[in-house]
Amino acid sequence: MGAGQTPQNPAERPAKSPAASAGRAAEVTVEGAAQATALGLYREMLRIRRFEEKAGQLYGMGLIGGYCHLCIGQEAVPVGLEAVARSDDRRITSYRSHGLMLACGMDPARIMAELLGRATGYSGGKGGSMHMASPAHGFFGGHAIVGAQVPIGTGLAFADRYRGEDRVSFVYFGDAAANQGQVAESYHLAALWKLPVIFVIENNQHGADLPPGGAAAAPDLHSRGAGYGIPGEAVDGMDVEAVIAAGARARAHCAAGRGPVILEMKTYRYRGHSMADPAKYRTREDMHRVRQEKDAIARIRAMLTSRHGVSEDALKTIDREIKAEVSAAAETACAAPEPARDALMQDVPTGAETI
Amino acid sequence: MSARTATDLEIRLPALSPTMESGRLAKWYVSEGDRVAAGDVLAEIETDKATMEFEAETPGTISRLLIPAGGEPIPVDTALALFTPDTQPATQPPRAPEAASAADAGKEAAPAGGSDAPAPAAPQTPAARKPDTSWPQPDWPAATPTRPQTVRDALRDALAEEMHRDAEVFLIGEEVGEHQGAYKVSRGLRDDFGAARVVDTPITEQGFTGLAIGAAFAGLKPVVEFMSFAYALPALGQIVQSAAKARAMTGGALTCPITFRGPNGAPPRVAAQHGTDLAAWAAQIPGLKVAMPYTAADAKGLLKAAIRDPDPVIFLEHELLYGESFDVPTGIDHILPFGRAAIRRPGSDVTLVAAGLAVRHALHAAEALAAIGISAEVIDLRSLRPIDYDTILASLRKTNRCVTVEEGWPVASLGDHLAARITQRTFDWLDAPVLSATGEDIPLPYAANLDSLARVSVEKIVALARQTCYK
Repeated sequence: MGAGQTPQNPAERPAKSPAASAGRAAEVTVEGAAQATALGLYREMLRIRRFEEKAGQLYGMGLIGGYCHLCIGQEAVPVGLEAVARSDDRRITSYRSHGLMLACGMDPARIMAELLGRATGYSGGKGGSMHMASPAHGFFGGHAIVGAQVPIGTGLAFADRYRGEDRVSFVYFGDAAANQGQVAESYHLAALWKLPVIFVIENNQHGADLPPGGAAAAPDLHSRGAGYGIPGEAVDGMDVEAVIAAGARARAHCAAGRGPVILEMKTYRYRGHSMADPAKYRTREDMHRVRQEKDAIARIRAMLTSRHGVSEDALKTIDREIKAEVSAAAETACAAPEPARDALMQDVPTGAETI
Repeated sequence: MSARTATDLEIRLPALSPTMESGRLAKWYVSEGDRVAAGDVLAEIETDKATMEFEAETPGTISRLLIPAGGEPIPVDTALALFTPDTQPATQPPRAPEAASAADAGKEAAPAGGSDAPAPAAPQTPAARKPDTSWPQPDWPAATPTRPQTVRDALRDALAEEMHRDAEVFLIGEEVGEHQGAYKVSRGLRDDFGAARVVDTPITEQGFTGLAIGAAFAGLKPVVEFMSFAYALPALGQIVQSAAKARAMTGGALTCPITFRGPNGAPPRVAAQHGTDLAAWAAQIPGLKVAMPYTAADAKGLLKAAIRDPDPVIFLEHELLYGESFDVPTGIDHILPFGRAAIRRPGSDVTLVAAGLAVRHALHAAEALAAIGISAEVIDLRSLRPIDYDTILASLRKTNRCVTVEEGWPVASLGDHLAARITQRTFDWLDAPVLSATGEDIPLPYAANLDSLARVSVEKIVALARQTCYK
């Protein structure tokens, strides 16, 4: 994790799987693969949470502008699915994108630099929180228009089918986007052409700013594909092991040429829709209860000590490492220059016209 | 075979749509000597848009079939068969009013002799209205042979050539495959390239447009056909937000090599919702290149350039141009780069600037102006992004007057943009304000008289050109 440059050759990309990062961390000697995997998952999820907390701080300090959507509470979904995704699979998501970018192996310092609008960011500072892509990581954005990434992600799968390549596309969207017409059209096209796409609904039960239950007339989002013959499954998205199990089943279904799958990840976002949203539509008590009972990171932490016998000290060491890593990423990003003036007119296909 | 009797009527090829000029007799459902009742299907007619059946209007007997099935397209109102009605009506069955201008030609074309004599093609527009298209052609080497080809077939050839050249190019849209395109632009392509590369979609513009953009992000080169650019409107979010902006907003990480093409603007009498010219809208978006060809050679050269372009291109065709023939170079890989205007007719008194169908209007206007002693230079922009300002401004320095011509609406129009640029850059050369001939500032009305009044017309262009010349 944390390569300074985006690798051009997919074979050289930084390892992104939890097992691999656990192995890299080299804490594991005797517990074997299960412990290594669990530690890796813990590390990955914790990195996302610390990164998002840092982003929240920097937003509060006025260093991050515009829109900034944090995924604190939802970490198990991208981390669990990246544990089953092949490194050359494709993934695409909404504006709530930081977690997936980190989980698929992108560099935290470059992501943070983009949030800060710096030249070293993934988009050279021209995209910001919602508009980053790194095809070398199989990551195709970062889309700020609700639902737009759903047909686009279906098209990524179309391209792989067209070329006869055996990748699977992971297309993430929220529960509010699931009500859109273009999502229904995407289900139809994916089912019609049996495209290898996993529609991942991150149901944080707060479609934009609505209270739970306010957004959907038909709340079972995983069964919305039934009319098209698309199998769907509701998953406890706060349980990373459940996410991995469902993800593995879905990926196998797609890889076998049986067409798309819908996974409805029941998850929970602790913060507002964006930094601009105080989230007054839910009570303190409610959120406190979810954090106490369901928090994905707390759950795997407890599992590491009880099931795998990992010591509290060892976990605290990981906590410190992750915190230091995120702080270093933020410092690197803060020190990076703003884009050069001549970047203004670059990357515009038509060539910017001046009088 | 029976001889024609005094009571025989001619059954003529009907106009089955407002813009149908010709059709191919695909199949006879009757034979000579057959008795038919009113409403019996007589034949199947294939047009550039669709295959349709037409029926007997009165009961009677088919006395002779004049046109064999399966031949070349024939003009509307050509006599197809002789028919002996059971009781002779006072007059012939009424003809479709749209076919009136071609009626006389069609009547003369009806063969007097056997049914194997092919009907000579009638001129599709009166000769006096046909603009001179024999201008010098610098777009290909002088020795290159050419042949006349319709815009429709030139587009088809461009698609076929690019699909042969690059396996990652595919065509996707409604009715592009099995039906060979709503306007038959993709005729034969599915047979040549298969259903995997000529992809029929459900009527889901937002879905298949987004899907094609995703395929382009993954490196394929989709050509998205909209049956009409009116139907691109539901997908405009994807085109503008995802395709046009991707490269800039990701600092070049994502590119979108995609072509969006189809008929734009309004054929006659389609009324408000099918009669929208999106040229000025498209040209306003940074990130979209916009081509709007008039001739068949330009249609071919620009479409091939669009497909090879690494970025999104809006390619605006026109239903009223699909059937027009122009010389197209043969034996060369004809590519026309964007941003090169053509002078279609040289002149010295006023410059007319147009693109697409409006070039035809401008050429007709130039003829009319010549008749009153005003020499008009006609510039065909060919692409609206980028725009070839150099050619426009060079012309302005010669004529000192300009009228822009477009089908679309007048507010924030291409004409307004060009007038601003011309004024900014050649103010001292101007002898009159730059004027814009446009469609009226209203949703297109349906009634025939109002439809005509709403459109940009040769008369409007002539009036504005005279105004700039103070005559």
